[in-house]
Amino acid sequence: MRELDVSRITEAVADLSIRTNIYLPDDVKKALQESLEREESPLGKEILQVILDNHDISEREKMPICQDTGVAIVFLEVGQDVHFTGGALEDAVNEGVRQGYKEGHLRKSMVADPVIKRKNTTDNTPAVIYTRIVPGDKVKIVFAPKGGGAENMSEVRMMTAADGIDGVKDFVVDRVSRSGGNPCPPIVVGVGLGGSFERCAMLAKEALMRPIGEPNPDPDYNEVEKDILRRINNLGIGPQGLGGRTTALAVHIKMVPCHIASMPVAVNVQCHVSRHGETII
Amino acid sequence: MKTVELTTPLDEKQISNLESGDKVFLSGEIYTARDAAHKKLVALIEEGKDLPFDLQGAIIYYVGPAPSKPGQVMNSAGPTTSYRMDVFTPLLLKHGLKGTIGKGPRSKEVRDAMVKHGGIYFAAVGGAAAGIASTVKEAEVIAYDELGPEAIRRLVVERMPLFVVNDTRGNDLFEAGVAEYRREE
Ligand code: SF4
Repeated sequence: MRELDVSRITEAVADLSIRTNIYLPDDVKKALQESLEREESPLGKEILQVILDNHDISEREKMPICQDTGVAIVFLEVGQDVHFTGGALEDAVNEGVRQGYKEGHLRKSMVADPVIKRKNTTDNTPAVIYTRIVPGDKVKIVFAPKGGGAENMSEVRMMTAADGIDGVKDFVVDRVSRSGGNPCPPIVVGVGLGGSFERCAMLAKEALMRPIGEPNPDPDYNEVEKDILRRINNLGIGPQGLGGRTTALAVHIKMVPCHIASMPVAVNVQCHVSRHGETII
Repeated sequence: MKTVELTTPLDEKQISNLESGDKVFLSGEIYTARDAAHKKLVALIEEGKDLPFDLQGAIIYYVGPAPSKPGQVMNSAGPTTSYRMDVFTPLLLKHGLKGTIGKGPRSKEVRDAMVKHGGIYFAAVGGAAAGIASTVKEAEVIAYDELGPEAIRRLVVERMPLFVVNDTRGNDLFEAGVAEYRREE
């Protein structure tokens, strides 16, 4: 049994809040750079260059890449041999968000009541926390701030086995087509397959955490990803939706088994500011 | 497609000269407003009350900036998605608003209202927020401070880089751009 004071979690979350909002993962930057070389539209090229220049400015000035510093999505993998002391784990995560968003001068974008009052909670809490218990005595924290513009273009559909893989492809391409310039393309597309209604939505989000360029472990789904990506880029939406050949940088599929009667499919759209970072304690 | 230097307030001639696809460097005074502020502005118009700023010839930038650091004029401040403001925009255009700045396409109602009242919709690059902030030279909250990032701010910008999406003749850069680069499967 390993004793771990929850203040360590708070510190790590605060640090990740700031870091992920200023520094984009290298794989995302590289994918954007490569798309600039491939893009055919002069306006599209210009926009991609503006996006790349913005990374330099945000890193130099320690400013967030995007003003929408997102809802704080936190994936926790807790080793079953860890015993937390000093307070409640979820409170510690939220305290980390509170501190990080304050110290980092990040935007507070959460409203307490989603429909009627819509009053800002003023500290960007609560975080959306997903906890899994895993073997071992470590704690892994994955922090992914998620902006509203791209999240709003996401969708879950309960499809049937008869829809097949073609049905899945059509749904994903159609979802991106209907999104146009809204989610700040070039986008990354997370697709969740299987599980249940809510599980496939989570899978779609988890799929966004995979580094761009890393192939799908399943060769069949790897081909499906390539096929969907080609079709999405043939839509012509382009950088910011103003026309071009770079609509998506990648399509990532994650799947799990599901019920014989079901075929849940989820599409989680991520903008070019595809932020995520992790720490292991 | 041309590159144009523009300084607010814009007159009718400057506005009608703009064409979909033009690149614009915008300087001068603009106002920020997004979802919550729009709701309030429209309520004021419907009640016949004064607005916190003069709409005549005004430009609204759809943005909720990150909070400034000490001594910093403006922290990251890129555009938010415009369609959420579509239900409010025709009424504002009718009451003198001349330009809007955001990201993503507008509804048919907004596009029609821009043709009817002579308005322009500009796109800023979404997510390029630190770069855009460097073009903001002055910023002050003029209304609804309690809304935090959604407060209405008066900004003075210098050469803010924008693209004309919708001009007063009904052209749309989203439609034209996508049609040009679309490949049928
Ligand atoms: S969709 Fe992404 S890049 Fe665009 S404004 Fe939102 S967080 Fe920023």
